[in-house]
Amino acid sequence: MLILDCPYCGVRAEETELHAGGEAHLKRFGPGSSDEDFHDYLFMRENPRGVHFERWRHVSGCGKWFHAARCTQTLEVFGTYSAQTTEPPQQITDAISAKRPGWTWRGLSD
Amino acid sequence: MSTRLAKQGRLIDRSKQIEFTFNGKKLKGFAGDTLASALLANDQMLVGRSFKYHRPRGLVASGAEEPNALVGLGVGDRFEPNQRATTTELFAGLAAQSQNHWPSLEYDIGEVNSKLFSRFLTAGFYYKMFIHPRPFWKHIYEPFIRQSAGLGKAPDTELKDADTYEHFYFFCDVLVIGGGVAGLQAAKSAAETGAKVLVLEEKSCWGGRTPVDGGTIEGLDAEEWIARTVAELEALDNVTLRSRTMGAGVYDHSYILGYERLTDHAPGQGGPRHRLWRIRAQQTVTATGAIERPLSFAGNDVPGVMLAGAMRDYLVNWGVTPGQKVLVATNNDDAYRTAIALHEAGVEVVRVVDARESGGGELSDRVRDLGIRIECGRAIAKVKDGKRVTKVAICAQNGEGGAREEIEADAVAMSGGWSPVVHLWSHCGGKLTWDETQAHFRPDPDRAPTGHDGAPFVVTAGSASGPLGLAAVMADAAAAGAKAAEAAGRPARTVTPIATSEVTEAPMEPVWLMPAKADIELRMKTWLDYQNDVKVSDVQLAAREGYESVEHTKRYTTLGMATDQGKLSNINGLAILADALDAEIPQVGTTTFRPPYHPISMGAIGGEARGEIFQPLRKTPMYDWHDSHGAHWEPVGHWRRPYAYLRSGESLHEAVNREVKNTREALGLLDASTLGKLIVKGPDAGRFLDMLYTNMMSTLKIGKCRYGLMCSENGFLSDDGVVARIDEDTWLCHTTTGGADRIHAHMEEWLQTEWWDWKVYVANVTEQLAQVAVVGPNARRVLEKLNGQAGGGQAGGGMDLSPEALGFMEWQDGEIGGFKARAYRISFSGELSYEIAVSASEGQAFWSALIEAGREFGVMPYGTECLHILRAEKGFIMIGDETDGTVIPQDLGLHWALSKKKDDYLGKRAQSRSHMTDPDRWQLVGLETLDGSVLPDGAYAVGNGVNANGQKNTIGRVTSTYYSATLDRGIAMGLVKHGPKRMGEVIDFPGLDGKTYQARIVDPVFYDKDGEKQNV
Ligand SMILES: [Zn+2]
Repeated sequence: MLILDCPYCGVRAEETELHAGGEAHLKRFGPGSSDEDFHDYLFMRENPRGVHFERWRHVSGCGKWFHAARCTQTLEVFGTYSAQTTEPPQQITDAISAKRPGWTWRGLSD
Repeated sequence: MSTRLAKQGRLIDRSKQIEFTFNGKKLKGFAGDTLASALLANDQMLVGRSFKYHRPRGLVASGAEEPNALVGLGVGDRFEPNQRATTTELFAGLAAQSQNHWPSLEYDIGEVNSKLFSRFLTAGFYYKMFIHPRPFWKHIYEPFIRQSAGLGKAPDTELKDADTYEHFYFFCDVLVIGGGVAGLQAAKSAAETGAKVLVLEEKSCWGGRTPVDGGTIEGLDAEEWIARTVAELEALDNVTLRSRTMGAGVYDHSYILGYERLTDHAPGQGGPRHRLWRIRAQQTVTATGAIERPLSFAGNDVPGVMLAGAMRDYLVNWGVTPGQKVLVATNNDDAYRTAIALHEAGVEVVRVVDARESGGGELSDRVRDLGIRIECGRAIAKVKDGKRVTKVAICAQNGEGGAREEIEADAVAMSGGWSPVVHLWSHCGGKLTWDETQAHFRPDPDRAPTGHDGAPFVVTAGSASGPLGLAAVMADAAAAGAKAAEAAGRPARTVTPIATSEVTEAPMEPVWLMPAKADIELRMKTWLDYQNDVKVSDVQLAAREGYESVEHTKRYTTLGMATDQGKLSNINGLAILADALDAEIPQVGTTTFRPPYHPISMGAIGGEARGEIFQPLRKTPMYDWHDSHGAHWEPVGHWRRPYAYLRSGESLHEAVNREVKNTREALGLLDASTLGKLIVKGPDAGRFLDMLYTNMMSTLKIGKCRYGLMCSENGFLSDDGVVARIDEDTWLCHTTTGGADRIHAHMEEWLQTEWWDWKVYVANVTEQLAQVAVVGPNARRVLEKLNGQAGGGQAGGGMDLSPEALGFMEWQDGEIGGFKARAYRISFSGELSYEIAVSASEGQAFWSALIEAGREFGVMPYGTECLHILRAEKGFIMIGDETDGTVIPQDLGLHWALSKKKDDYLGKRAQSRSHMTDPDRWQLVGLETLDGSVLPDGAYAVGNGVNANGQKNTIGRVTSTYYSATLDRGIAMGLVKHGPKRMGEVIDFPGLDGKTYQARIVDPVFYDKDGEKQNV
């Protein structure tokens, strides 16, 4: 059962008080977007073996959404951070680079 | 025969005799016995029948790994199937029943059948049989399988478990699983650093097998050392010890489940029966010991054939011998300890058969000195079939089983070597390595399970690491305890060596089949998995049929898939598979171990969460009134709502019809408190609601209400409800009963993750308010009466409810009958209707006032079914009936609620995708049966032609269907292909009852099409 630190309230939360919200940093496409962009936004998700960025909500706690950078293979957590950003902060990507040199994820990389 | 010895038995108290029953037979044991040892003491060698072939089976092991001795325990509401006799402590009045037999344990019909069917029951039986035509299944296989399938008997479903259970949370630096000498030493080493330590031991006593095996530690006899160490640990504030508590599973991020059996050994003691420990440990030490492997020879399942270590346990721990003339078969030195123990107990050892040409070491010399005959390079060819061992044929190990010598014996002690218990290490990804010298898989310390920080969090200790000798075990354990404490952040300590006695042992030799080239007759009688009845020949057949992967072979043959998860069969099965594939064992690999290590009770998993507190019920402030006025309850989400209010002598259907008519003709009251009420407030609230709803909410005027639809980003209709503009920056959004929490979360998600710079706050005030729908021609009259305004007007300072002051789709704050209230003039029934919200604490008083005042107007409360019928008569959709997650507003003819002025709202882009604009989408229509009957719920309409599977093409389905008391006929709504263009057409709905219902497509508004009733 995973434990993630909620970056808002500071609680070290375990999975039972969290709600998984799928892939992080999706860019919303609305009216006027191409069929392909909209289709990808709605349906296409990364399913990596390794570094991944996810949305979580501290649902049975402070109620806030946050992001987590995690290894899907070993379940190592590289860090959690605000949901109010379109890309992971430097501190998080540095932490990943230290543990997983050469990592890539969508447009991001070591 | 198996019997109690005159002396011995370190765990039993001969002064305390205990009576118990087995299959109704009265038997006696002693305090300290397990059910297994007590059965053996009573010469009850036959304890059950096997799963598939119903072969007679006896005890093989002495611990949790026991595959055969599964019994039904207890009676009535305390009955439990599949309990292991070896882990069941004896208590007075214990009642056990053997399993898998008919009509009796001694004489079983299935055994006879299995002789007829055994050639069909080979590997892949189920897969192969499914190929056969149906009649063959129905008349031949199914009756047979039904009779033999299933392990044990399910408890009576009408009875509820009479015991209670609980969960317990624990946090520690170091968790030690296993309280043998290794676990105790590891705990001691860890505790010395000041670490907070928890030690779990599944049995009732500490020390594991060392007191049985013998030896000295730090100059003390093993038993004395154990007592001293336990006392030392108990005296420490930073150590908690729990016996009768199994480490059940190791999970992600160092989460561990412990399973404590508090009263299994003392029923009636009070308190919870089992306790589930939910543990977060910085580090876990698995000191789980090792399990002995059976030898694979023909008839190795005959009752009386037992693991050598287990036989020693029965002798030393409980003073019981399974036989009087015992043959010992082995490929390693440890079994010689059993020969010595038997001899010391005065039991005749008829032969030691050692498969190794060169025989054993120091221990075998001692056995020879005792005058026991040892034969090296020899094997068991076959144990004669029967309900217990009578004769054993021996032969050369390196042969096919010829030139046999028959020996009279009534028990066989076998040892195929020892495998570390790696389950807990493996649960969370710890990897194994093949150890050539011990012929077993042991944990690879360089590939431990890792936690949230990427660091290892499990350390093995003692024989769970691989070593078997006492000196190596103690050294490994001391190092493991120190290592775990250091990894948990405690100071590093140098480990001082621990002096122990030492025995020089000759190396074991892997023996995977006895004799090595056993013929097919023998292999078909050689069991690998006792519990699932899998034989050597089954695994070999699987390999011949092309199964190369161990995971596939496991599923095809069911090897290791029984409740013991292959504790005894795993390595032996792998070795047979590897041999058949001409591969090395490490190349074939091992299967995955899953938690729990040993089955745990469902009660423990549920804990306190059962009955009323499994999921707390949500009740409106008027719940008790409804309950005392005939409410027939209906679950709606976590709420209970009255479906209808039954009067004496009335059927449910009659009650619903009465409520429908009364609401249409006089006055109805509905408890609408469960409807979601969300306050959306802030400078950007209007902009936000314009994104959430398909229609425009920012332009709604203060004091007005608007019906709105919400869609998911996929375009599908998700919720609906009336929105009221409260003030410049405040809106109140009503959601469906089930939708309040979901829509609140939906709003939060978009606010926090997409439009986080928008200034909006959302509060869910659903439970702060009681809401009553006052519905019907007399609705205004009753409210005016409450306000002392009979005949209209504005007397008494109460709210003015006249059509001029409070028009349709308007709301107002004020007082009604002295209650501070907010009245919305909205209608979900087509009648003159007010929904009135008062504070939750005044809900019941307000409801009672309405009932009282409404008496002269013919007031009646109505339930959810009446609500549904009233709305269906008006063609209003219901989320969850007309929608199912695949329906868009356009399908429901709700185009009017889709703003064309807005550039964007959630779902807008999706609704322009090609599939969403397809003119062939099924669309909402009304349906009227030609004969006035009620269409079956969920029925599908069929059209011309058939699909690729030869089934009739479907062209629509019923979404809502009711008997309308107002119209005295069945009415329905449904989604039909090209429906709105086919008004007046008749379509067919085949029912499950075999009848075809003919219905005409009509307008979905069945009643008061011009809305005259609500506009008064
Ligand atoms: Zn939080």
